[in-house]
Amino acid sequence: MSYQGKKNIPKITSDRLLIKGGRIVNDDQSFHADIYMEDGLIKQIGDNLIVPGGVKTIEANGKMVIPGGIDIHTHFQMPYRGTTTVDDFAQGSKAALAGGTTMIVDHVIPEPGTSLMEAYDQWRQWADEKACCDYSLHVDITHWNDSVKQEVDSLIKDKGVNSFQVYMAYKDYYQLSNSQLYEIFTFLAEKGGIVQVHAENGEIIAEEQARMLQMGITGPEGHVLSRPEELEAEAVFRAVTIASQTNCPLYVTRVMSKSAADIISQARKKGNVVFGEPITASLGTDGTHYWSKNWAKAAAFVTSPPLSPDPTTPDYLNTLLASGDLSVTGSAHCTFSVAQKAIGKDDFTQIPEGVNGVEERMALIWDKAVTTGKMDENMFVAITSTNAAKILNLYPRKGRIAVGSDADLIIWDTDSVRTITAKTHNSAAEYNIFEGMELRGAPLVVICQGKIVLEDGKLQVTSGAGRFIPCSPFPDFAYKRVKARKQLAVLRAVPRGMYDGPVSEFSMSRGGTPSASARTSPTKQPVRNLHQSGFSLTGNPAACGESSLLTNRAFSKSFDGYASVTEAFYCTLILLWSGQKAVMEYLS
Amino acid sequence: MSDCRRQWNREDELPVYFAGPITTGPNQRKSFGMFSSVEGAFESKTIDFDNYAVGRKGNRTPRSGSRERLLDTGDPMGKTTGGTRQGSDSESNAARDADESRAGVEVQVLSEKTSPNGQDERLLIRGGRVVNDDRSFFGDVYIEDGLIKQVGENLVVPGGVKVIEANGRMVIPGGIDVNTCLMKTFLGTQPVDDFLQGTKAALAGGTTMIIDHVTPEPGESLLEAFERWQEAADKRACCDYSLHVDIPLWNESVKDELEVLVQDKGINSFQVYMAYKDMYQMTDSQLYEVFSFLKQLGAVVLVHAENGDLIFEEQRKILGMGITGPEGHPLSRPEEVEAEAVFRAITLGNRVNCPVYITKVMSKSAADTIAQARRKGSVVFGEPITAGLATDGSHYWSKNWAKAAAYVTSPPLSPDPTTPEHLHTLLASGDLQVVGSSHCAYSTSQKAIGKDDFTLIPEGTNGVEERMGFVWDKAVAMGKMDENQFVAVTSTNAAKIFNLYPRKGRIAVDSDADIVIWDPDIVKTITAKQQQSAAEYNIFEGLECRGGPALVLSQGRVVYEGGKLQIQQGTGRFIPRKPFPDYAFQRIKFRNQVSSKQGVTRGVYDGPVHDVTPTPKYITPSPSAKTSPTSHQPPTVRNLHLSNFSLSGAQIDDNIPRRSGHRIVAPPGGRSNITSLG
Repeated sequence: MSYQGKKNIPKITSDRLLIKGGRIVNDDQSFHADIYMEDGLIKQIGDNLIVPGGVKTIEANGKMVIPGGIDIHTHFQMPYRGTTTVDDFAQGSKAALAGGTTMIVDHVIPEPGTSLMEAYDQWRQWADEKACCDYSLHVDITHWNDSVKQEVDSLIKDKGVNSFQVYMAYKDYYQLSNSQLYEIFTFLAEKGGIVQVHAENGEIIAEEQARMLQMGITGPEGHVLSRPEELEAEAVFRAVTIASQTNCPLYVTRVMSKSAADIISQARKKGNVVFGEPITASLGTDGTHYWSKNWAKAAAFVTSPPLSPDPTTPDYLNTLLASGDLSVTGSAHCTFSVAQKAIGKDDFTQIPEGVNGVEERMALIWDKAVTTGKMDENMFVAITSTNAAKILNLYPRKGRIAVGSDADLIIWDTDSVRTITAKTHNSAAEYNIFEGMELRGAPLVVICQGKIVLEDGKLQVTSGAGRFIPCSPFPDFAYKRVKARKQLAVLRAVPRGMYDGPVSEFSMSRGGTPSASARTSPTKQPVRNLHQSGFSLTGNPAACGESSLLTNRAFSKSFDGYASVTEAFYCTLILLWSGQKAVMEYLS
Repeated sequence: MSDCRRQWNREDELPVYFAGPITTGPNQRKSFGMFSSVEGAFESKTIDFDNYAVGRKGNRTPRSGSRERLLDTGDPMGKTTGGTRQGSDSESNAARDADESRAGVEVQVLSEKTSPNGQDERLLIRGGRVVNDDRSFFGDVYIEDGLIKQVGENLVVPGGVKVIEANGRMVIPGGIDVNTCLMKTFLGTQPVDDFLQGTKAALAGGTTMIIDHVTPEPGESLLEAFERWQEAADKRACCDYSLHVDIPLWNESVKDELEVLVQDKGINSFQVYMAYKDMYQMTDSQLYEVFSFLKQLGAVVLVHAENGDLIFEEQRKILGMGITGPEGHPLSRPEEVEAEAVFRAITLGNRVNCPVYITKVMSKSAADTIAQARRKGSVVFGEPITAGLATDGSHYWSKNWAKAAAYVTSPPLSPDPTTPEHLHTLLASGDLQVVGSSHCAYSTSQKAIGKDDFTLIPEGTNGVEERMGFVWDKAVAMGKMDENQFVAVTSTNAAKIFNLYPRKGRIAVDSDADIVIWDPDIVKTITAKQQQSAAEYNIFEGLECRGGPALVLSQGRVVYEGGKLQIQQGTGRFIPRKPFPDYAFQRIKFRNQVSSKQGVTRGVYDGPVHDVTPTPKYITPSPSAKTSPTSHQPPTVRNLHLSNFSLSGAQIDDNIPRRSGHRIVAPPGGRSNITSLG
C-alpha cells in the first residue's frame, strides 16, 4: 500500500480511496475490478478507472473484496439490573470492525410498561455518542396496548425502525400471549414491519425451572436442562402458524437447535415467509460446556435459547445456512463480566444471559462453512451481509459493492489463521466462549464509511463516527410475496337464502356465556321472528352483495400499492393452508 | 375422495374461494329451500360417485349375490322431527328388512332348548376365521355367560347350544368406538342421539363398546357430571360403555376429584382442551400441571388440539368480513392451527414424560406432526374419526345451509380432498392408532341456533354406525391395510390404550363375548333414511360402503343379525378401567428411571459478585426472576476463606480486561487446522 499523494483534512468527505486488483465478491457474482470511493460512497467500479490524483491506493493483490458484514443482532450497552453489559457501543462496535463487520443492528429493550419511544431515544443517544460504525435499531415490544401500537406506528413512520421483536418466553415479564402476538403480527403486517420472535415456550420453561431448582440443580447446567430444544422448536412452530395466519413475514432470532432450524426449513418449503437467524455461538460451539466444572466458564455460555448440548448442531446449522434455509447470521453479542454473571451463582435463573460473538462472526462462518466446502463465497456474502440488508430494506445501500453503495467493505484474507482468545479479543469480557479455537480467514483491511479502520493489524476507530441508518417499511425481500398473496385469494361468504326452518330452543343464560364463541360474536343473538320473513329465493341478500362489492374493490385497488394494502387486508384473507394448493391445482 | 373435486364442476358445490365473480350471477337461484334435506341435494353423490374413484370398485355391476342393504324403514320422517327420540324399550327392529335372510350366516339350534334372550345363553360360532390383531386362524368360538370359553377346532361343547355357522367369514372382536358424545350439552340442548339411540347405531355398525365423553359445564363438579352420565347410560345404553371425563378448568378441587375418579370410579382417561377460549381452554402452564398430575395417577391425557387464541381472533375477523355461514367455520379454523396445537401438546407430553392422546385428527398436517413425533420416540397416539376418514370439508360451501351445517365439527373437516386417503395410509402404517367417531348428532333445528353466526352452530357429526364400514371400505378393500390391522385400529389398540385389553379387543378365552361376524361383501349406500341415528342428515349421504357386520354379538347375545337389531335398553354395563395401561405407560416408566437429572458438583463460587440494585416493580431485570422460586436477591456475603473457585488456569492472571489490536501471527508456512477444530 502506498500513498500517492498527501492526505488532506481527515474528514469523511475528503477521503478518497482506490482498491486495486481485488476480486469483488457480491452475493450474486464475483469479478475482478478496481473500486474507487469518495465521500464514503463507492463512485466507480471497473478496470483502469480514471481517478483524481492524491488518492490513497490499496493493493488488494487478487484478494477478495466483500461488502462489510452486517451483524443484525447485538445488545451493546444493554442495561441489566442497574448495570450494563461490559461492551458499550464504542467497545462493541470496535470489536465488530475488528471482525469485519461494518454495521450493527442493536436491540432496544424497553422495560415492560415504559414507553418504546423513550427507550428508542435513549438508545439513539448512547449509540450516537459512541458507535464507531453505522448502526440501526430493532425495537422490542415488551408489552402490548393501544399506546404501544401508536408508538410502533410512529417508529415505523418517523424513526426509521422496521423490525420489532416480540418474546414468547420470559413468563410474566416480556412474554406475550398468543392473542397479543396475533394482534401484533396483524398490525405489523399492515404497517410493513418485520416481526422478530424470541421463540421459546415461556410457560413450560417456568415450570421446568421450578422443577430443576427443586431438584437441587442450581448451576448453569440447569439453564439448558430447563430450556430443552423442543421448547424452542415448539415456539418456532407456533410463531410460524401465527405468521401464516396473519400473512406476516416472520423472523426467528437466535436459532440455536437443530429441531428449531428444521421447523423453519419445513415452513419455508411449505411457502411460509420466514427467516431464521443462527448466531455465532450456535454456529461455533455447543452446549456441552454448561457442565464445565468451572462455574465461570459454564456461566459464560448462558444465553437463551441455550446452546444445544448436541455437538453436531453447529455443523447442521452451517449446512442449513449454506442451503439457504437459514437466511442471516447475527451474534446476539451481549457480554457480562464474571462478576455480573455471578449474580446467579446460587440460582441459574438469575444468571444474566448473553454471549460474545460480534468479532468472531465472519471468521467463524468462513472457517466452518466456506473452508469446509459447504458454502461458496457468494453465499458467504449473502448470509453475513446482503440478506440482512435486504430484510432491513437497506439494500443496495448496504450489503453490496456497487456504484452508489456505501463504502463499507473489507478485504478478506482467506489464508490468515488466528486463535481466538480472551487475551486478544476486542471485547471487554474476561471470557470468550470460543477460547482456543483456531479460525482461518480474517479481514485484512476494513473500510467503513470510506475510511480505513483496520490495516496492517492496526485498528483505528473513531468513537461517535457511526451514523444511524433509518430502515423503511415493506422491504421487498419479505413483503413482495406477502403482498402478492394478499391479492391472490379473497374470502367470500356463500350466498344462501336465509334459514327459515325451525330453530331449537337454547339457553344463553347459565353463568354468563355458555359458548366460547358467543362472547366474541359481533352479531346479535339469533331471535326468531316468524312474521318477518327475510327469506328469498334469489340467494342474494344485501349483505352478500355488499361483501362482494368490497372484495372487488379490494382487488382492484390493491394493485395501487401500499396505500390500499391496509384496506385490502381487512377485506381479504389469504388461504395459506391447503386451499392455496387447491387453488393452484384448480387454476392449472 | 379425489373425485370430490371433480364434482365441483358439475354442481353448485364450487368452494367459495374458487367462486370468482362469475358465480355470483343470477344462476344461483335454486328452486328448493334451505330445508330440503332430500330433494336433489345429493343427486350427484349416489352410487355413481364411486365410479370416479381410481382403481377401486370400478365398473361394479350389481352382483347377483350381492347383499345390498337397501332397506326401507317405513317411516324415515318420524326421525326428522328432531329432538324426539323414537322408540323406547327393547326395540326389535324386526320390521326392518326381512330381505336380509341371505346374510350368509345361519343360526340353528342343536336341540330344543333355547333361551332367546336368556342370560346363560350358550353359543357356538362354527367355521369362522378368527381375526385378531396379531393373526388370523380358522377356529370355532364357544361362548357361555357372555364370555368366550373356548377357541379352537373340534371343541367339546354341551348340548343345546345355539350354533352360528360363519361359513368361513371373518370373526372379529367387536369394535370399540373411543369417542362419542351422546350427552354433550350445547347451549342447553342435547344431541338427538342419546345413549339408546347412539348405542343402537353403534351395534348396527359392528361396534360393541363405546367410550363416551363426560363434558361437565365449567364450574360443575366432575364427580357429579360423571354420575349424571353414568346414570343416564346405565338406563339406556344397550352395549357396554365406559367414560372419558373432560376437564373444563383446573384448580385444586379438580385434583381431588380426579383422584377419586381414577381410584374409585374406574376412569383412566381425561380430556383437556387447547381450544374454546374463555371456556374450556387451558394455558400451557395449566396443561403442564394437568399432564404432570395425570401422569402420577396413571391416566391417559386426551387433548383436543387446536389453538384457541388464534381461532378466537380468526372468528372475529371472519365475522367482521360478513361471513356468517358454515364456511366460516373451516375458514376460522385452518388446519395449521390444529397442527400447531398438536405440536405443542406433544412438546408438553415430552417434557412431562407423559403419554398424549390426540382426539380427532382431522388434517394431514396434524397427522404428519404425530407421525414425526412418534418417529422421534414420543409416546403419542392419534385418533382420526369417521368423518375425517370418509369425507372432506368441501361441503362447508354447500348452498344448502342445513347440509353445510351438518358437517360442522371441531377441528373441522379439511377442505383438502386428499385428506381421507392420507389418514387411512397413516392408520395402515401404524402412525395413527385408533378410530373413533366423535358421534354427536344434532338435528337441523338445533344446528340452526347458529344460522346467523357460525360460531354458534353446535359442533358434531354422525359416524358411530359407519365407522367400521368406512375403515374397511377405504383401507382394507383398497389394499392399504390388512384385516389384522383393521382389527387393531377399530378395536384392539383402543382396548390397549385404555386398559381394557384383553377383556375387550380380542377373541381369546375369557374375553368378553363381543364379537362381530364381518362380511366384506356387503355393499350398502349410506343414507339418512336407513340409519339408526335420529339425525335428519347423514354426512356420508349417498356414499357407497363395502363391508359390514353380518352378525353382532354383545355380551354373548345376538343383537344384530341380517339387518335386524334385537336390543334391550339398559343392558349396557359400565366397564371400569384401571390406571397405568401398559401400552401407554410402560415406556414412560422406563424413561422415568433413565432420565433422572443431576447437577454438576462444583466448588462454591467465591469470586466477585456484581451488586444488584434492589428492584422496584417494573424493573425486575431478570426475566425469570419472577418465576423463580428462590429469592430474588442472591446472597452477597462473601467468604474469603472458603475458596474452591478457580478461573481455570489459562486466565487466572488475566485481569486486564481488554487489549485491542492484538493480532496472532500465523505460524510460518501456514498450517492447516482442520483437525483441531472441534
